Amino acid sequence: MLIVKSLHTEYANGRAPVVKAAQDVSFEVPEGTLFTLLGPSGCGKTTTLRSIAGLEKPTSGEIRIAGDVVYSSDGNIFVAPNRRNFGMVFQSYAIWPHMNVFDNAAFPLQVRRNGPSRKEIADKVTRVLAAVGLDQLAGREATKLSGGQQQRLALARALVMEPRLLLLDEPLSNLDAKLRERMRFELKRLQRDLRLTTVYVTHDQSEALALSHQIAVMNEGRVVQIGSPRDIYERPRDRFVADFVGNTNFLRGAVIATDGGDGATVSTALGEWRVHCARRLQLSDAVVVSVRPEDVELTEQAPVHGDGDNVCAGIVDAKVFLGDFVDFQVKVADSVLLARVHPSLRTPVGDPIHVRMKAEKCIALPDEAARIAA
Amino acid sequence: MEAVGRLTDVRRQDSAAAWSVDFKWIIVGASLALVAWLALVPLFFLLWQSLFSPQAAATPAVFTLENFRTAYGSIETLRLFANSMQFAAGAGLLALVVGTFFAWVNERTNTPCKALFYGMAIIPLVIPSILFTVSWILLASPKIGILNHLLQSWLGIDGPVFNVYSMAGMIWVDGLHYSPMAFLLMTAAFRAMDPALEESAMTSGASIVQTAVRVTLKLAWPAVLAALLILFVRAIESFEVPALLGLPAGIEVYTSAIYQAIHQYPSRVGLASAYAVTLLLITSFGIYLQTRFASHVGRYATVTGKGFRPRVVDLGRWRHVTLGLFVVYFLVVVVLPFLVLLWSSLQRYYSAPSLAALHNLTFDSYRAVLAYPAFSTAVWNSIMLSLGSATVIMLTTSVISWIVVKTRLPGRWLIDNLASLPLVFPGLVLGLSVMICYLYVGPAIYGTIWIMLIAYVTRFLPYGMRYNTTSMLQVHKELEESAAVCGASWSMTFRRIILPLLKPGLIAGWIYVVIVSVRELSSSILLYSPGSEVVSIMIWELWQNGQYVELSALGVMLIVVLFCFVMLAQVAGRRFGVAEA
Repeated sequence: MLIVKSLHTEYANGRAPVVKAAQDVSFEVPEGTLFTLLGPSGCGKTTTLRSIAGLEKPTSGEIRIAGDVVYSSDGNIFVAPNRRNFGMVFQSYAIWPHMNVFDNAAFPLQVRRNGPSRKEIADKVTRVLAAVGLDQLAGREATKLSGGQQQRLALARALVMEPRLLLLDEPLSNLDAKLRERMRFELKRLQRDLRLTTVYVTHDQSEALALSHQIAVMNEGRVVQIGSPRDIYERPRDRFVADFVGNTNFLRGAVIATDGGDGATVSTALGEWRVHCARRLQLSDAVVVSVRPEDVELTEQAPVHGDGDNVCAGIVDAKVFLGDFVDFQVKVADSVLLARVHPSLRTPVGDPIHVRMKAEKCIALPDEAARIAA
Repeated sequence: MEAVGRLTDVRRQDSAAAWSVDFKWIIVGASLALVAWLALVPLFFLLWQSLFSPQAAATPAVFTLENFRTAYGSIETLRLFANSMQFAAGAGLLALVVGTFFAWVNERTNTPCKALFYGMAIIPLVIPSILFTVSWILLASPKIGILNHLLQSWLGIDGPVFNVYSMAGMIWVDGLHYSPMAFLLMTAAFRAMDPALEESAMTSGASIVQTAVRVTLKLAWPAVLAALLILFVRAIESFEVPALLGLPAGIEVYTSAIYQAIHQYPSRVGLASAYAVTLLLITSFGIYLQTRFASHVGRYATVTGKGFRPRVVDLGRWRHVTLGLFVVYFLVVVVLPFLVLLWSSLQRYYSAPSLAALHNLTFDSYRAVLAYPAFSTAVWNSIMLSLGSATVIMLTTSVISWIVVKTRLPGRWLIDNLASLPLVFPGLVLGLSVMICYLYVGPAIYGTIWIMLIAYVTRFLPYGMRYNTTSMLQVHKELEESAAVCGASWSMTFRRIILPLLKPGLIAGWIYVVIVSVRELSSSILLYSPGSEVVSIMIWELWQNGQYVELSALGVMLIVVLFCFVMLAQVAGRRFGVAEA
């Protein structure tokens, strides 16, 4: 298993101030699981991955894999990337254009000291190419591969060395939408079948949610939240995570009552709402309430008031038909709520509509902006 | 048990890692030391020599300004400076005008057979400057020039029409010789320009000429200035034309003055060094300005699209005129010089073409050249030197360009500049510096082929640097990182990933260095001694002895061999090329 402990990476950037690419990044990846570093570009996720690979030298911290220290600022240890035996798939795939498919995949075995014999190499490469579905193309020039095939080859090259750890740097970002979807399933299947400990870097939240056992959301060099995909999506810890992972509605408010547990009541522009608290809140704390569009239920008849759900009435402001669902913009008082509903709802624009949200789907998050303003 | 095994395993890996890191820094350090030595040490000795009296067994060197006093103490100095400037500016301008015109015709008009002409632009490269100069003497000298004979009999006038032994003649020959280079430079500049800017001028109602002058040329202005400065520097460095055409007419420029100072008795190395320092200052300033202008070029270069082809200007009937001009140009730059050498090589004694002379055609001169004892030595030396210097240069600069492009090593800009520094050395100045340097220090290689190898490697290092840096910039850094992650050491990565990916640039640069090394004369002329002469020196000596027909025979063979080499290399380059962008 992989342990990353308080990793810091800084770049001296000429005369410009130091760039803090990663700050105090810590996480553990249990054996055989897929761990995703998720965040916008420049959040430090790729720097962290490259530090694990040994392609960047962090400023301080420690990286251990199955008990072996590969980097430690205290122990003054830095194992060169070619001595770590980690497989890595690069964003550009980094397929060597001067070699054919077989040679690309065989390279990690060929350069190994006291490596396997020629015949063993051929066996292993054939097996791994079959695993990614490229066995028919072994003799093809690497430059003649399609994007998806290059991606598979990059994966095969990373797998052939039987790595202790698999590192994937946005491996699907260069594929078209259809292919990306398919490769997502294949990647998941391979990872689960081989039980490879994997660190995956992406800025695409749907990829992260679909593939991971665990996700670390990063922002501005720091890990903001670590959790299962469902945790991250349904229980974001702050406004950034709620906003970055999926679409959401934000409503400002202030706490007017707490029930001592996770529940609270918040006064908003749309009335008093019962909410779920991501963190413990005090009376009169400024909060933003986050509600996912798919958790905003719309009905033409007024719902029966009950179960403590939050309800209000509005007017359909605009709607966008997207095939498998329809996005409604509902104007309630001065705010606009985005709702994602089944296409069977056909309320015309300008008509009144009723809104209902379950209390546990309304997540109250501390309002940093209000705190900074205060 | 397993834990213990793993622990020892890790330790073994660590020591291996340390070893590979060391090896990398050894290679890097050696390359750096080599470049620093080649670029700086001769320069130091040149300066030192210009400021000290010659060292002899009995008399130690003492500080003196005598050399500079002699070099600058008379009115001759002004004339030398004025001659050099006039010659270099004239030749540079002529080359630029001719090259720019044909580049524009080739890139922006619908002149027929364009592709063919672009391909031919490489051919003048195979005619060494000394042969080009000699062929123009045979064409346009007042006494034996064929053109003069023809025009005299056609027009019925006495006296020569052309006199190649004049400032105008020097500018003409040198300017023509550098015009293909101007053509290539300006072609690149036109290709980097957004044709939409010209098209919008056309739709605004501007004529072809108005567009070309007021938009195209205006936009290409920084590139034009940069090209002009390069051509100026090349012209002020050239030695063959001033020596062969200028000296007989009493027109001295810096390069011929340096040569004269060394080849008089007793030779005055200090005086030559003083001239060389001045020349070096001029070329350095030129190259400095050139890089300043070149850095502005990017501002106008707005085209980045793929596979784009600018719309061409329809010249109408004029396109036959431009085609005709192209043909004339090709005749003047390639065909006429080669034919006149071929003609002369088939004679027993040189005579102008005539029916009578046609009966005397013979291969005697070829037999004579092949029978010279010096011939096989010279050919062998030329082959060894050109292959050796090309190989050393391309391998060394591949490492250096890796350092410059791929690492964040502090001070790598300094290394880059050091490797490009020899660009400001005129061949003659470099030869002089290397000569002085190895007279005083280092192994006893003076007068051997090794000192020439050092001079060639130094002189052509910047070309290797340029080819390798260009290709290195196109190698995505993840290609090499993925090799590291796959477990390859630095040297393994360099050998199996980087060098193969550089191959197109490596081969192209290697070919280029081979060709310019075979043509090299101005450094060799101060460094050779019996036994270490090369083919270009042999041509020079044949000229000095007045053996024109043998010279022509040797020249024809050299041109044919170089031509075949270039063609072979082009075919090979197309086959081996790894998707040249």
